[in-house]
Amino acid sequence: MNTPSNLKYTKTHEWVLIENNIATEGITDFAQSELSDIAFVELPEAGRKVAQGEAMGTIEAVKAVSDLVAALSGEIIEVNEALKNSPDKINTSAFGEGWIVKIKISNPDEAKNLMNADEYAKHCEESHH
Amino acid sequence: MIKRTAFFDMHVQNNGKMVPFAGFEMPVQFKGVIDEIKRVRSTVGVFDVSHMGEFIITGERRKEFVDYITTNSVASLEDHQVQYSNFLYENGGIVDDLLVYNLKDKIMLVVNASNCEKDFNWVMKNKWDDVNVENISDSISQLAVQGPVAEKVIAKLTSYPLEKMPFYYCAETKVCGIDMVISRTGYTGEDGFELYFYNENAKKMWDEIFKAGKEFDIEPIGLAARDTLRLEMRYMLYGNDITQDTTPLEAGTGWAVKMEKKDFIGRNALIKQKEDGLKRKLVCFEMLEKAIPRHGYEIFADDRKVGEVTSGNFSPSTEKYIGLGYVDSPFNKPGQDLFIEIRGKKKAVVVKPPFYKNATHK
Repeated sequence: MNTPSNLKYTKTHEWVLIENNIATEGITDFAQSELSDIAFVELPEAGRKVAQGEAMGTIEAVKAVSDLVAALSGEIIEVNEALKNSPDKINTSAFGEGWIVKIKISNPDEAKNLMNADEYAKHCEESHH
Repeated sequence: MIKRTAFFDMHVQNNGKMVPFAGFEMPVQFKGVIDEIKRVRSTVGVFDVSHMGEFIITGERRKEFVDYITTNSVASLEDHQVQYSNFLYENGGIVDDLLVYNLKDKIMLVVNASNCEKDFNWVMKNKWDDVNVENISDSISQLAVQGPVAEKVIAKLTSYPLEKMPFYYCAETKVCGIDMVISRTGYTGEDGFELYFYNENAKKMWDEIFKAGKEFDIEPIGLAARDTLRLEMRYMLYGNDITQDTTPLEAGTGWAVKMEKKDFIGRNALIKQKEDGLKRKLVCFEMLEKAIPRHGYEIFADDRKVGEVTSGNFSPSTEKYIGLGYVDSPFNKPGQDLFIEIRGKKKAVVVKPPFYKNATHK
């Protein structure tokens, strides 16, 4: 299972890359693999303010439906428009082209609630059993 | 205890994602569900369906007995004909749906894995003294080879003239030198065959089929793709679309119920249901908004609840979001507008089956 060490993770299987107070968020390789082929993503609108833990979108996969949860509080400044036509980018490149939103972080301290790669890998292991 | 089929190691070698299903560890997907669906629609794929149950009925009066415990007409079957049928409870609810194989000197019943034990107990409870019933499920492996070029693949492995086998017929013959029952049947809508043989031949059959199919890009196919392929054809899944609380008349399989037979279990209940008129029917619907209907979601018309979704998914073959559900009369006719509760009410419309109209089955 691929869990890049430069990212932070949520229990609900989102990842975030935090750079200059901007969080780029997507779902993890484990999540896309569990969901199977993604049929479409209901993206939130840019400009929306979200709170950490809030369901801000929906991921509809062939096998199951899953909420997209905000990993950090802030304002959504960009959504990945490419996913509207090619949601499969999440399956093929969960940590790259399959990113979903960018959030301007309003409370950087909340990052301490997220897991690092090792903790997340362990969390996945437990989710499997 | 969870069971494994004789193909378990092959699934793992092919990176199959193994999940528990009907008491077996089965592959839910290999390369990806959509890739697998497209492969079966365009060329050929192989399904391990060894979890299915097989009962053998013998005795002089086997046909009369199976006629009594199933809804379709066994008396009318030709030699080596195969037939879709149902076991019913006295109240008309469905025990299971099944295939009836009219073999030489015996009848084979093929039942759903999830119901195998329940079905066997039910058959034994209703068994006549002068017939024998044997559950051979644990010793039989089954592969379904499905797709427009399925015949080309299997023809390489047998001298039997497959081109002469009509849809829903079978043969007791050799494939790769192995004795088996092979039928022109399937659960995908494509042309294809289902092969039943003893477990000890599993590895040889798997290897030979993949060797023969290599030039056609044959691949193993998982349960998730199988579920969507069958849904695109409006084939029902026991536990979702039909249950002990639904009847074949409601499910739209009245064609597999022969009321003119003088007796079968459940007949009286169905006669009454027919007289009273059907209060609901299983319908096909397409979403008019982008949303995936799923089992248990509520269906509305004219601002009131008129039914529930029994199966639904994204259909890659039609590029639509499709579903099945029981809908109350009179809201179940093609063209009827419906709303499905999917994070708010989303528009749908009742359509005529099947969803996918270009299937290659004979």
